[in-house]
Amino acid sequence: MQQQITDPQKWMRQKTRISPIEIAFWLSVLAVPYIFFPNYLALANQIAATAIFCISLDLIIGYAGIISLGHAAFFGLGAYAAGILSQKGWGEPITGALFGAIFAGFGGWIVSFMIVRVQHLALLMITLGLGFLLVELANTLDWLTGGSDGLVGIDTWNLFGVFKFTFWGHTAYGYTLGATFLVFLLARRLVNSPFGLALETIRENPQRTTALGVPNRARLQKVFTISAAIAGLAGAILTQTTETVSLDSLGFQHSADIAVMLILGGTGRLYGAILGTIIFMVARDQLSGMNPQYWYFWIGLLLMIVVLFMPRGILGGLEKLMEKVRGL
Amino acid sequence: MNALETHNLNKSFGSLVVADDISLSLPKGARHALIGPNGAGKTTLINLMTGALTPDSGTVHLGDVDITGLESNERVKKGLGRTFQINTLFPKLTPLESTTMAICERMGVAGRWLSPLANQSDAIDEAFELLKQIGLADDCTKITTDLAYGQQRLLEIALALATKPQVLLLDEPAAGIPKSESAALFEAIAALPEEISVLFIEHDMNLVFTFASRITVLVQGKVLVEGTPDEIAHDPLVREVYLGGADHG
Repeated sequence: MQQQITDPQKWMRQKTRISPIEIAFWLSVLAVPYIFFPNYLALANQIAATAIFCISLDLIIGYAGIISLGHAAFFGLGAYAAGILSQKGWGEPITGALFGAIFAGFGGWIVSFMIVRVQHLALLMITLGLGFLLVELANTLDWLTGGSDGLVGIDTWNLFGVFKFTFWGHTAYGYTLGATFLVFLLARRLVNSPFGLALETIRENPQRTTALGVPNRARLQKVFTISAAIAGLAGAILTQTTETVSLDSLGFQHSADIAVMLILGGTGRLYGAILGTIIFMVARDQLSGMNPQYWYFWIGLLLMIVVLFMPRGILGGLEKLMEKVRGL
Repeated sequence: MNALETHNLNKSFGSLVVADDISLSLPKGARHALIGPNGAGKTTLINLMTGALTPDSGTVHLGDVDITGLESNERVKKGLGRTFQINTLFPKLTPLESTTMAICERMGVAGRWLSPLANQSDAIDEAFELLKQIGLADDCTKITTDLAYGQQRLLEIALALATKPQVLLLDEPAAGIPKSESAALFEAIAALPEEISVLFIEHDMNLVFTFASRITVLVQGKVLVEGTPDEIAHDPLVREVYLGGADHG
């Protein structure tokens, strides 16, 4: 992509073209679990919901450069909002999921005023503190959230009034994967928009964007709010499809896990978030089956290897490999 | 009416006075050089003008508007552009992307998140034209870090121009470029539209005397003297303090 160009518009468009590999990828994540792993649909559902969460984190870390160790706060806000709504008698899934997203987005908007005023270590501590705060809040409000017992009594109605959410998870996976695909399209649109480019420039050099007239804070607040809403959507959907929420969904471990998934897959490329989620969750399922206590040993090892040898994540490493193969 | 004026600007860091009662005016269309020994407070003055620093007292006016209370990015929207002495670019992006972003921001479309960037054909074409003008078109799809240093200096200027400034502040635009190339860079600056008023910091006295219509000499945060190149060249104070002193080129 470093040749001389005569048509700059065409060059810009080329960068965003959908490739055959992408189509093949989405068809396979739709077909493979249903056909080959019907017993793993519950896991596939969890992976798809977590991929939504991971994409939301990629928007702020990968594109805007806002590092967060507390993003599960928004996942949890969406999860509890949708769960409580259902428990109180409204179990329609799509409106419920949107309710969770809007609720979490509102929370994100409030927090964003703090987030854009700090950087580096202070940013990590604020996001970390936010997670602690929400866990304790949810624990204290046990009359509403069920506290440490988790929220019970969630009942998700049929999807489109027709498809029942059953134990086997056929409806659940279709519903969640559909949402994942829509979120992916939305995120892709965002990162390929003028706003997405502005975010990348802020990440690269905030001093310069200021000198070009960019209101950095307003832009960052906007993406943080959108990201929080998407995280909330992920939480809402997982709650609806599993009909349970626990305090863990808000907690630090969850925030750390999602960050690990993103780093493993590779930041700033959306597919990295999806790939990282698949690798992490499948590995956890397999490794914890073998040795439930020590599986984080292997994740820790994998994380260190990836960060040391593939600084752009597994997907970045694969891309580099492809380039080399093509160059031969 | 002047394009840019400062009135009695003061700024100290602790006991260190970096701007001492600086009043300076830049008429429309000026090619004004700011010179002085290292540590004289030249970059500080630019930072005070752009809002990167807040003055302890004094005001900055752009045209007839008092911009002292405005944020840096708001001043850019009013027509005050700048470049940096040390390359302040977007390392992983291409010149085409960087410049397009700057133009989108100026056009007020950089907040749009649901329409593709590729649809901003006006901004993209304008960016390409600008890069052509400045001589970067052939390399405009390279990653910025892969550009030669001199090209990065040109991109500095292209980005500032993308904001369509009325007043352009250039902080040592030729810093780090070999002498043989810096003249060409200044030709590009001299060729800027006349209505743009330019204030530039430069150490090379040949360039200063060739391109400046007026010169301000700054020493220890204070305006020592201001005048035409001829006046400055023959000013005994300047000769003593600056031109006659150690070579700062």
